[in-house]
Amino acid sequence: MTTDSIPVQTADARPAVAKKARKGTPSGGRRRQLFRHPGAGRQHHAGPVAYILLGIAALFSLFPLYWTMVAASSDNTRVTQTPPPFLPGPHLLENLGKAWQDAALGKAMLNSLIVAGVIALSTVLFATLAGFAFAKLRFKGRNILLMLVIGTMMVPPQLGVVPLFMMMTELGWGQKLPAVIFPTLVSAVGVFFMRQYLSEALPDELVEAGRVDGAHSLRIFWSIVLPIARPPMAVLFMITFVHAWNDFFWPFIVLDMTNPTVPVALTQLSAGYVRDQSLIMAGALLGTLPLLALFIVFGRQIVGGIMQGAVKG
Amino acid sequence: MAISTSTPPDGAPGIGAERQRRRTLLHRLDVRGAPYAFVAPFFVVFAAFSFYPLIYTSWISLHRVELSTLNLMEWVAFDNYTALWDDDRFWNALFNTFTIGVLSTVPQLLMALGLAHLLNYRLRGSTFFRVAALTPYATSVGAAALVFTMLFERDFGMINWMLSLFGVDNIDWENNKWAAQTAISSIVIWRWTGYNALLYLAAMQAIPRDRYEAAAIDGASRWQQFLKVTVPGIRSTIVFTIVLSTIGATQLFGEPLIFGQGPNGITGGADNQYQTLGLLLYEEGWKNYQMGRAATVAWAMFLVLILVFVVQRIVKRVLARRA
Repeated sequence: MTTDSIPVQTADARPAVAKKARKGTPSGGRRRQLFRHPGAGRQHHAGPVAYILLGIAALFSLFPLYWTMVAASSDNTRVTQTPPPFLPGPHLLENLGKAWQDAALGKAMLNSLIVAGVIALSTVLFATLAGFAFAKLRFKGRNILLMLVIGTMMVPPQLGVVPLFMMMTELGWGQKLPAVIFPTLVSAVGVFFMRQYLSEALPDELVEAGRVDGAHSLRIFWSIVLPIARPPMAVLFMITFVHAWNDFFWPFIVLDMTNPTVPVALTQLSAGYVRDQSLIMAGALLGTLPLLALFIVFGRQIVGGIMQGAVKG
Repeated sequence: MAISTSTPPDGAPGIGAERQRRRTLLHRLDVRGAPYAFVAPFFVVFAAFSFYPLIYTSWISLHRVELSTLNLMEWVAFDNYTALWDDDRFWNALFNTFTIGVLSTVPQLLMALGLAHLLNYRLRGSTFFRVAALTPYATSVGAAALVFTMLFERDFGMINWMLSLFGVDNIDWENNKWAAQTAISSIVIWRWTGYNALLYLAAMQAIPRDRYEAAAIDGASRWQQFLKVTVPGIRSTIVFTIVLSTIGATQLFGEPLIFGQGPNGITGGADNQYQTLGLLLYEEGWKNYQMGRAATVAWAMFLVLILVFVVQRIVKRVLARRA
């Protein structure tokens, strides 16, 4: 595996003005700098000790997931024996099938897919709109509003659950997906993330050029901002998707077992009096698989996105 | 990509001056108004589903409201607050939230710092190590808590088996207060260490290299460079992660709930030995059906958070003065 940076849009996707402006810079210009080469600040070559420690860290990270798979593929007697099994057993498909039925995971997955998909889409759209405004448009109260956005990051939504629950009941959304979707349609972190990106990656001249040509704001957003913002939008989408898929507190309160999301459905598995361990693990594995797949395919991008969103210095 | 579509959609052919005037007007309207339209969705949704409920919580906390009859609110003034103050479960939950918070946040951030330092070396396969470190972050609270509950099982759990190899007797992770809190903290640590490590790594890579060179010339060892260059260089990120983890810790809910396996989860164990404020809020509202009291707990959580921010600001100022 190489240590390349996030694959950003290549130059031809960039508007002509930007290309001209960055003629001197090799491969990528400002946008590439933002997704900086991972090794930019590194100091020393790693020695064997560093590799061993990193190996242990990787083992700690991955072992519980591996063991979920081991337990999910065993029967109960095998799971509960001492010493515990370390290799997968033969019952994987059987257990997965049983968990799928017992925890109504089919419905839960569809629900989670809808919830996470809608939330991620709307978060990305609204965050890009607002991020563009905060980064490149001048308007009264901009700084105060931006401070407000940052301030809202500090307010955990959990503090309003009681009235929120009452609101949802009144709206007739109790146990329904809109109750989960609406409160999380936007994200302050997302707005901030897109603002940071666009203030660096979108040259002022380009917006000005659009204005001179007579394009109105939405047109500028559509034709200039969106193409440039595609890479961070993809990252924000994935991060938001992961968060929304895993969200627990509010869905647990407002949904019930007849219409759960995956994390809510999983609690059902462990709540019974008879605890079928391999079944529980099969459920946990099923609930995690979609996101693991996402990580295997887009892991590097998600890592890059989180690092890019970090507060530096 | 065509920026050159210069005619606005409203630019119907008309008499020059009139058209020009309308155009400038529309243009000015667009320039003035569009920014607000662009940021509006965020603020509208936030106001409706976060800010308004947050304020309304305080109003509800002054009432007696039952889950079954949400529209009947009986004014009780500060009764809910005095009742909460006199309730042992509240102080217990507050204390548990604090201890589990410390048990999970401190090791988590220290380990993240070490991990970030290792990832900052010139590495082969660095992408693999980064993705591996972040994988637990993709695991839902539900799945993670289920797996760890099993690993911490008293009779056949893997942790007890490994400890038994070192001659340690079986630990009853669920019923022993400190053991349970340690186990719950380990779920949090597992899920979030890699995430924090990546935040640190990003900050570390922004430290100018010549600082290390200067330190090396001055004869600083690698450990000294780490303490004197790296850690001060990422101070604001450290503060940021402390704030984030603290907010996370005050809301701790899913981990203890699932660790308690069913009915015991809501009360945080048979003796409330690991009941957090989040669980208490849920118990008051959705198990005891007292929404007013639940709102009071929410306010208590809010006050705790404010207190944390004040302390954090003081710490930040002290740190800044030292530097």
